[in-house]
Amino acid sequence: MTDTQHSTGAAGAFDELVDAPIEDTREAIAAEREATAETLAAGHQTEAQKRQHKHNHLVQAINWNRIEDDKDLEVWNRLVNNFWLPEKVPLSNDIQSWGTLTPAEQQLTMRVFTGLTLLDTIQGTVGAVSLIPDAITPHEEAVYTNIAFMESVHAKSYSSIFSTLASTKEIDDAFRWSTENPYLQRKAEIIVDYYEGDDPLKRKIASTLLESFLFYSGFYLPMYWSSHAKLTNTADMIRLIIRDEAVHGYYIGYKFQQGFAKLSEERQAEIKDYTYTLMYELYENESKYTAELYDAVGLTEDVKKFLHYNANKALMNLGFEPLFPSSVTDVNPAILSALSPNADENHDFFSGSGSSYVIGKAVATEDEDWDF
Amino acid sequence: MLLEAPVVAPEIVYFSSVSGNTARFVSKLGRPAARIPLHASAPALEVANPYVLVTPTYGEHGRGSVPKQVIRFLNDEGNRALLRGVVAGGNTNFGSDFCIAGDIIAAKCDVPYLHRFEVFGTPDDVTILNQRLDDLWQL
Repeated sequence: MTDTQHSTGAAGAFDELVDAPIEDTREAIAAEREATAETLAAGHQTEAQKRQHKHNHLVQAINWNRIEDDKDLEVWNRLVNNFWLPEKVPLSNDIQSWGTLTPAEQQLTMRVFTGLTLLDTIQGTVGAVSLIPDAITPHEEAVYTNIAFMESVHAKSYSSIFSTLASTKEIDDAFRWSTENPYLQRKAEIIVDYYEGDDPLKRKIASTLLESFLFYSGFYLPMYWSSHAKLTNTADMIRLIIRDEAVHGYYIGYKFQQGFAKLSEERQAEIKDYTYTLMYELYENESKYTAELYDAVGLTEDVKKFLHYNANKALMNLGFEPLFPSSVTDVNPAILSALSPNADENHDFFSGSGSSYVIGKAVATEDEDWDF
Repeated sequence: MLLEAPVVAPEIVYFSSVSGNTARFVSKLGRPAARIPLHASAPALEVANPYVLVTPTYGEHGRGSVPKQVIRFLNDEGNRALLRGVVAGGNTNFGSDFCIAGDIIAAKCDVPYLHRFEVFGTPDDVTILNQRLDDLWQL
């Protein structure tokens, strides 16, 4: 009997609905239908369609079987093949080597890596993400999400180095230094300003200069240590980051050039002028940052050559002619060869360091594997 | 009608993707040059006189380093026989893979590796390579 009572109660609720002004609603629906038909007949979109299309533009289903720009797929594949994680690099083999650095050298190294962490954090959470709404193709958007994620992997990888080599106090000190250093903060401020600005091309310029130029005052140091057979595993990991940044700088620079080519001559001249101005501004700041870090160890001039060399490559990634003459881009050969380790020279069995990162191969298990 | 493959007599044969960096470097050399077509559907390029090949480097760890369009071009025995030297583009950020496409082609075809350049080459790259090309053709 309880069931019957229950259903009677429900029917009561429906009875109230029956009292609703159904006629009015029907008329409203009919009028809306008529208006929609008229709008469509006139060749216009209804307001609802316009809203829907705007939405569709943002979340259009990505079809990887219909590629508009072959570069998107090529770069996506390249980035996926380059994928790595810091956990796979045997950083702990550097603990002994870390102990051979003087306290000043250790502090310099910590500071350099926190500076790099800051840049990777910006690029992962603000930079690459800010490029997504400007993307022309859905595949371009996907590539930016990959870039953003890898920048976060890079930022995390420095923390792996810190936790392996340094004490909590040293780590905290280095992070505090990064928030207080005016040149590092200025560098971050300049870049973030452009990311938050409203010019898609300027965002790509700032992004390319970050990927292909601003990292290198930091990348110099692990290459320098590697050329002195120190922190070789850390250097292996930094080389993976350097390789990724090359693809990022190339791709964002390429997308910049696609947009740049569509501009009027006048606007092109303006953008080009703007690029060199921004490069000068960043270079001036970068020189001071470099001097503050490296003066104590007497490496500032050597680092600057590396900066000039990479500034030229950053400009070239954007399609512009190099700025610095070859007389000031003659990078120390020891640094260049540290960038490009010969497998025979670098593969040190005893320190467990190898020049290349190899993803493990899977082998089928056999019954005896389980016989403990 | 059969599609006639273009037979040309350039001093430089090059491949360049849509990014156009290698094409830009080659244009700075100021020498007659022919571009290997990007798409396989285009008629294959066939050369008729000795030339130097300029190619970008792709891929990683040596796999797929030589663009497949370049492989297709060099798989033609006639083209391979006329190859006199190779020039490759790349990025030192790729470490030991820097310009490795040039190493592979030089070893496979037994020709001199004339020069490596980055992105679209600096003015120095143009001067150095043009000098080497002058020397090569005088031999």
